[in-house]
Order: sequence, then structure tokens, then C-alpha cells
Amino acid sequence: MTRNCTNMMTRKLHNVVVIGATSGIAQAISRLLAERHCRLFLVARDADKLASVAADLKVRGAEVAGTCHVDLADTSTHEEMLATAWQQLGTVDSAIIAYGILGDQKEAEHNWAEAAAILHVNFTSVASLVTHLANDFEKQGFGQIVGIGSVAGDRGRRTNYIYGAAKAGVETLLEGVRHRLAPKGIAVLLVKPGFVDTPMTAHLPRSPLFASPAYVAGKIVSAMESGTSTIYVPFFWRPIMWIIRSLPERIFNRLSI
Amino acid sequence: MPAESPNGTILSQGLARSYGDACLNDGGTLVVTTGLDRFIAFDEATGILRCEAGVSLAEILRVFVLRGWFLPVLPGTSFVTIGGAIANDIHGKNHHAVGSFGNFVRSFLLRRSDGQVLQCSPDSNPELFRATIGGLGLTGMIEWAEIALRPITNAWIDVETIRYDSLEDFFSLSAESEPLFEYLVAWVDTSATGKSMGRGILMRGNHSRDPGLRSQSPPSGSALDMPFDLPSFILNPFTIRLLNFAYYHKQLQRFQGAVVPYRPFFSPLDGIGHWNRMYGKRGFLQWQCLVPVSEGRQAFAEILAAVVRSGLASFVSVMKTMGAIPSLGLISFPGPGVTLALDFPNVPASFSLLDRLDELVLKSGGRIYPAKDARMSAAHFQHFYPQWRALEQLRDPMFSSSLWRRVTGVSA
Repeated sequence: MTRNCTNMMTRKLHNVVVIGATSGIAQAISRLLAERHCRLFLVARDADKLASVAADLKVRGAEVAGTCHVDLADTSTHEEMLATAWQQLGTVDSAIIAYGILGDQKEAEHNWAEAAAILHVNFTSVASLVTHLANDFEKQGFGQIVGIGSVAGDRGRRTNYIYGAAKAGVETLLEGVRHRLAPKGIAVLLVKPGFVDTPMTAHLPRSPLFASPAYVAGKIVSAMESGTSTIYVPFFWRPIMWIIRSLPERIFNRLSI
Repeated sequence: MPAESPNGTILSQGLARSYGDACLNDGGTLVVTTGLDRFIAFDEATGILRCEAGVSLAEILRVFVLRGWFLPVLPGTSFVTIGGAIANDIHGKNHHAVGSFGNFVRSFLLRRSDGQVLQCSPDSNPELFRATIGGLGLTGMIEWAEIALRPITNAWIDVETIRYDSLEDFFSLSAESEPLFEYLVAWVDTSATGKSMGRGILMRGNHSRDPGLRSQSPPSGSALDMPFDLPSFILNPFTIRLLNFAYYHKQLQRFQGAVVPYRPFFSPLDGIGHWNRMYGKRGFLQWQCLVPVSEGRQAFAEILAAVVRSGLASFVSVMKTMGAIPSLGLISFPGPGVTLALDFPNVPASFSLLDRLDELVLKSGGRIYPAKDARMSAAHFQHFYPQWRALEQLRDPMFSSSLWRRVTGVSA
């Protein structure tokens, strides 16, 4: 079994904080961790949904060490929430930040409140969590931060540049924290998914580009164990985004992508 | 639940493995339930599992088999949701031993379009409980259900496969096997004629009780996938008959015994993703009947002869004796008798053949499985299921399906 593996390349993954535990990707990751009998601390905004997610994970084999329902957009809750997580779990091997909103790009172009909300939830509140987590893990001497970026962060496009800007921000933030914590042996994983079949994208028409949450979660858990720094899921987004980034402005600006 | 719909009707749809229009709602709204995929509670002492209606049988097996629990009833595919399993009161290779799926449903939560949320069980809302089991999804939306899993020693099946020579042999082998084997099913060679008609390969099995196999997980996942539709002409009556002949003669010995993983035993086609594409873009029709035991020999001989005469051939043909344990459902398909499932390419000749087969089933006092049907007449359906009016009374006024409108004439 992987969880008893003593291979030096494999990071221990037992006590895990899942922040945004009711999101599609977080649930899929947690289910994989549950099957390995991990101890989880689950954080989400909706108390009812959080309770049903926790029950599901228990049936699947997880030990749910605790749950906490807070509105993560309210950054003043972060410090206390993380203190509770540490208290319940003892030590933390990994903290996964897996919440976000897609927002409405068209609305955000005319209504600053919408743009600000997209930036706040997807970037500012994540930055607050990462700031606390970096210090907590530094003090603990080991650990891992997992954040969800997006292929949308690779190049600003007219269809979703506010969301993309927030996700690009997450990428730079995690890159910097990784640089800071690497000497201490603390890993920082940035996940860059394309389209995933979750409630966040439920309103979009489905296409062959969509990946299932279970597939994405499998890739994420493997990357968490190997201590990788950045993954695209599915992998084909890496060459696709390389091409999109490489397009000269002259051509790029004529494309409606 | 959606508040409105183009034609005013809604229907829950799980994994859409019903072969016909039982899971469709043309012109109305479909509520796809696969997002309701959470477990709610499991009692390790009793095996009682409560889960949301969109959880699939495959997922239950994946999570529980190595913990020593199995589904009480498993159909030929595990890509079925709990909601769908209840709505069609599905049956499996162990029907002769345990009855149908509904017999293992302890309770469920039913959401009705008028806002009522009703917990249904044999004791509470018993009428709706019975109407929902086998009720084709028409009584409202099942949100969660509580079912009883059964204990197993390991994930393996002791199986015997026996090549038999005639319809007569099928009935005598079945009768002899029923008391000794929990699982029993036969594949029929529809290319055979005359005295050999009805010949095939009978599979019978029991859960292995070898504790030594407990920690041996069966091989996982499907490796094969059919990436595109095969051209429709590839599976034609000639090649299907050839495949039937080859499959029958593949087994050289008359008798073979083996210990096999549960997956290929229960759902061989689950191992090939998108196997339906073998039939090509036009697809195929499934047809399954149940006839009383007393009429079985005569009726099956007439049915198989009609198939041979039509020049058509069935690719995956399955025959099984069903048991006497009654279904709880108001209009459940499973019941005592003997069942035969056939499939045919979606061509006009198949439709007229199936109409003739329906007549033979009607004559023998049998019935047709709505979950596999796409074309039976309203008159036939109403004859097969005279209780349909009672279901119509209990139907949620906003719930309907393409099948229900087709076979009852009740408008949207």
C-alpha cells in the first residue's frame, strides 16, 4: 500500500487540511485520501454540504479529525481556522486550497464589484491563507502547500482575463513561497487544470476537453506524493498553453479564444 | 428540482443505461443525478448502507468489496445508479435465489414536485414505497436510499461453465443447479437450429469462501475501449451467427471450473468501454421477456425459431430461470418464470420481428422488460402490466418519460 511506502521520493501524506472541501476537485482528492485512511480536517462555507461531504469521506475510510465552516472570503477567519486544524490534527503533512469562483467576465468588465469579488476570492483570500500556511509550515519544519491555478492564468484572454489574472497571481505567489521554503524542505504544488466537470463549470457546454474530477484528483495526489512543483491536468494543456503563450500579439489578438 | 420545463415534465436520469426510452424525456427536462454521489452512512456490523441516489453500483463495489461486502443483486452492468436500480427493480444472476433489487431496499427519500419530501419504507408511505420500486422513476425524485449489502469472504467467484446441447438441456441443467448455485445464467447460441436450438453455455457460480483469497484484490479497471462507432455493416446477421457459432465452440470441454474475479463474471461487457459502438452508429434494440415456467419450453422454442426464420441474429443472448420470491414493486418486471434477453441491429426488419416476439410472449402469459424496451406497443404494455393505472394514480404529476407517454398514451 502506498501509505506505508518508505521510498524517499514519496512524501508522507496522512494528516491533510482540505480548504474548500465541498468543491468538486477537493471532494475527489479527499475521496482518494479517504481510501488511504488519511486524517482530514475539512473547511468549507456551507455547513450542511460540509457535513454531507464529511459523512461521505468517513464511509470511504477517512478519519475526519474536524470540520470548520467559515466564509473563506473573510480573511479574518483564516488564522483561527488554521490554528484549529493544527490543534485537531497535531501535525499537518499537506494543506490543499481548492476553492474558487469562475465569476462572470462580461459582468466584471462593467461592474467593478464583480471583478473585485473574482479577484478577492480567487487571489486575495488565497494569498492570506498561503501567508499563514507558509509561516505555520516553516515553524513545523515540514509540510506542503497545494494551490489550484488555471490554464487561464497563462495568458490573458478576452473571455476570462479577470479570473485569469487572479489565477496568474496565485501562480506567482506560490512560486515565490516555494522559492522561500525550498531550503526548509517544504513543498509547494501548483495545479493548473483545464476544464473540469464540476459544479463551477456546470453552466458551460461540455466538450471532449473536459476532464473528470476523479482523473484530475488522481494526478494531483500523485504530484503531492512526488513533491512536484507544477502540474497541468490533463497534461495536454502544457503544450497547448505553450503554443497560446507563444503566439505573436498580431495573430493572438485576432483569435476569439 | 427544476421549477419549470418546456413541456411541463421532468424525469431523473442516472447513468442512462436503460436501453430504450425509460430514461428519456423528449421535450421535457432531465435531471441528471450522477452528482448525487455521496455515501451517507455505513454500518459495519449489519452491512446497511445509506447513500445518495446517483451513487453507482460500480462505485459501491469499488469501495466495499475489499472490506468484505457485496451488492445483494448485481445486473449485467455495474454502471447503474442506486436510483436507477430501484426505479427498474433490477435483477441479476441470483434472482432464483434472492429475488430482485427492491427486496433489499429498506427505505428511501422521495422528493415530489409539490415540495413534499417523504421517507418511504414498507412501514412508512408503503404505497409510494411499492410504486417507486420498479416505478420507472415516475413517482418523484429519489434523493437517497438505504440498502442491505451482503457479506463475502473475498472478491472471487467459484464458477463452472457447462456447454449444453439443447433447450431441453438448459431447463434440466438449470433445475439441477438452482439449489446449489447462487448465480446462474446461460448464453444462448442463436445461430443453432433444429434439435440444437437453444444450445449454449451455462455459467453457475458461488462466492468463493476461501479466506486465503481475502487479501487478493481482483484486477481493476477496464483496459479496452471502443474509441469510435464501427461501421454498421460489420455486425450483420452473417457475422453475428459466425460469432455465435465460434463462441459456442470456443469451450472445448463440456465442463470447466475456475475461480474468477467478480467483475468479468458479473459484467463482462463493462470491461470494454463503449462496447455499444460495435453495433455502429445506428445502434441496436434490446428485448427481454419473462414467461411462466410452464410455458417456457414452448415459448422459447417458438421465439428462437422465429428469430432463425427472420434471418436476423442476436449477438449477446441470455437465458435464465427466475425464482419465486415476489418483487415488492407495483409494476416490477422480475417474477417467477424464465427470461430471455436478445439484441438486434436497429433496422426495420428487427422491429417487425420483435412485434412477432411480443405476440408470442403475450400468448404465453409473459411480459416484456420496459427498461430494455424502445418499441413495444401501448396495447401490449397495458396487457403485460394491468397495474399501470395504479402507478399512474401515484405518479408525480410533473414526472413523465418518453416511455410512459408512449405506452400509456398519457400526455405530458
